[in-house]
Amino acid sequence: MSLWEYANPVKFLGLSARVQPYLWAAAAICVVVGLVWGFFATPDDFRQGSTVKIIYLHVPAALMAINAWFMMLVASLIWLIRRHHVSALAAKAAAPVGITMTVIALVTGAIWGQPMWGTWWAWDPRLTSFLILFLFYLGYIALWEAVDDPDTAADLTSVLCLVGSVFAVLSRYAVKFWNQGLHQGTSVPVATGGRTVSDVFFYPLVISMVGFGLLFLALVLYRTGTEIRLRRARALLARSKKEA
Amino acid sequence: MIALLHRDLMLAFRAGGGFGLGLAFFLIVTVLVPFSVGPQSELLSTIAPGVLWLGALLACLLSLDRLLALDFEDGTLDLLATAPLPLEAALSIKALSHWLTTGLPLVLAAPVLGLMLNLAPDGYLWLIASLALGTPALSVIGAFGAALTVGIKRGGLLMSLLVLPLYVPTLIFGAEAARRGAMGLDGTTPLILLAGITLGTIALMPFASAAVLRMTLR
Amino acid sequence: MMPDLGKYAAEVLAAYGLSLVLMAGLILLSLRKGRRARAELARIEAQKDA
Repeated sequence: MSLWEYANPVKFLGLSARVQPYLWAAAAICVVVGLVWGFFATPDDFRQGSTVKIIYLHVPAALMAINAWFMMLVASLIWLIRRHHVSALAAKAAAPVGITMTVIALVTGAIWGQPMWGTWWAWDPRLTSFLILFLFYLGYIALWEAVDDPDTAADLTSVLCLVGSVFAVLSRYAVKFWNQGLHQGTSVPVATGGRTVSDVFFYPLVISMVGFGLLFLALVLYRTGTEIRLRRARALLARSKKEA
Repeated sequence: MIALLHRDLMLAFRAGGGFGLGLAFFLIVTVLVPFSVGPQSELLSTIAPGVLWLGALLACLLSLDRLLALDFEDGTLDLLATAPLPLEAALSIKALSHWLTTGLPLVLAAPVLGLMLNLAPDGYLWLIASLALGTPALSVIGAFGAALTVGIKRGGLLMSLLVLPLYVPTLIFGAEAARRGAMGLDGTTPLILLAGITLGTIALMPFASAAVLRMTLR
Repeated sequence: MMPDLGKYAAEVLAAYGLSLVLMAGLILLSLRKGRRARAELARIEAQKDA
């Protein structure tokens, strides 16, 4: 029993159908608990006032915006190396989710920045990097839409995803070099294990982050299923036309 | 390889080949800038390095769709793909000829346009150096974008959408070097980073471009 | 019930509102597309068997 068995669309759909109810339920519980806890039951920050509550949306969305691209990168690599169609379709399915998360992160950040930094937008490295990530998502989705042949589209978008990843990282460092930022450091540094937010804010934040992650997984599984069905419908149509 | 370069250059210089088009575009953009921001010479002198870099970048972008589209339509690319010359080399040559016909003239024209935008005297050397180092990267990355969209009908706009984000690091380092130079500061660090990007893209991008082109031609 | 949001109430509510709308939109669009794909596939497969 290997992971690659799920590269078979039928097996994938079977597993995905079995897992999805739990996944959706878990995602809903975590997102609702995290956000409700964060919104109703956390104290205001002594400097930021109630705007600190925006963190429960902003940080998880930003996290998933980056992770979605990373997932697309892995899926693209799998498609290029092992030619599993499910993998290519999963990358396609993840892109709109990723771009939505990017937009949420940008919008909540702007709304938070207005009262706190006194500006909706600043050309801060983190903000600018996210804007560039948004542009990469746009290009990626547009390229999927523009190519007719599904396999060629998968090939081209996969290479774009790889090259784009390299350039996204390059841009990140270029932007850091270009302008010192306003944005505070990360709230939950994974590498050091330490953290800069206190427990009252931290627990709902973690729950919300887990919830966004689960929601992303559920959405991607669902959307991949949709893409598989559309592809099959297309193939059947083509076959019946040939017979006729 | 030399023959291919010779052919591409000849085609570009012939009437309708598009040589000079990028240059004219660069000129017009630069002339339009004072109209849009006002004629104050101080302001112009501050933004001159950035405007010149952006103009050069857009002029490069504009001429990209000619890089492969015509050869794709008349079947030359199919021949190149089956020729003994590796497609990576052919694409490098095409990027080189694009640079010779677009990037190099831009580099040479930039000081003249800098004069019109009241660029600080210290800035000329930095501007030329940064453009000379940066425009090859623009051509090579552009060749990737052209290869990506060559099979798509009316792919010009899509290509801009795909290529422009890829231009971000080059633009940042290039314009930063020119800006620091114009302000009388030392622009060596961004210039070295820019050179790094250019060398890296020249070394690696042709492989990505050729891979993408093979997928389209298959 | 409603926590006191102080002078930043508008910002906080707008952030939550917009984010929830965006997420709901994404989920609804995904569901609609999914249902359509299912229906389409069912129709074609029924045709094939017939």
